[in-house]
Amino acid sequence: MSQRALIHLPATVRRGEVILVRALVAHPMETGHRVDSGGQRLPRDIIRRVEARLDGELVFAADLHPAIAANPYLVFPLRVTGDGTLTVDWSGDRGFAHRERAEIVAT
Amino acid sequence: MNGRRTLLVAGLGSLLLRPAVATPEAMRAALAAFTGGAPLGDGKVTLEIAALVENSNAVPVSVRVASPMSAADHVRRIALFTERNPEPGVAVFHLGPHSGRAEVATRMRLATSQTVLAVAQMNDGSCWQAAVEVIVTMPACAES
Repeated sequence: MSQRALIHLPATVRRGEVILVRALVAHPMETGHRVDSGGQRLPRDIIRRVEARLDGELVFAADLHPAIAANPYLVFPLRVTGDGTLTVDWSGDRGFAHRERAEIVAT
Repeated sequence: MNGRRTLLVAGLGSLLLRPAVATPEAMRAALAAFTGGAPLGDGKVTLEIAALVENSNAVPVSVRVASPMSAADHVRRIALFTERNPEPGVAVFHLGPHSGRAEVATRMRLATSQTVLAVAQMNDGSCWQAAVEVIVTMPACAES
């Protein structure tokens, strides 16, 4: 499978700095409000929860509804205190679950 | 006579309206569930979204809140609501002192022209709002 998610960090990160993390995941975000050509309602299939952890500690979370566009893109702030591992977990309908990691190297 | 005609037109409108639109009651309930009944103050919150949107399937939106983001004084949550999408809730973002700054962004769908509302909840429970009226020229899901 091709890459499903991306975490983008600034090229250089200074200790003590507040950075913006960009997280993107491939997902249709089917709203549950649309009908197909046969008049059948398409069941909802969305990402409902996104959680970001720095070395295991929760540093950001988001609850998403169908009004979030397909391929959910989130930008969130993070204060960098030193090197660490950032993990982002996406979860949702039909048992969707995906985890992506990014290493933060502070200068 | 006039009242009757208005009623008739309103009735027709609700019949023709597709997709379904969240009711004002649903909007009030969603807001109250988020704020816990706290009054909404004006200020502190900056909501950035285009006032005129052509493709409403992915509209960039960002919210900033004036806050020191310290342990004693920080933004706990930021929520986005819409008046006339099928559901009033769009997203809730959870922040804290480790965020360092109260600023989030995403891309959202707009079913039609409407007001987008951002509400920030501080750690003391107080709530602050900002609203932007957005005009949509090509509504999302029009092809569905």
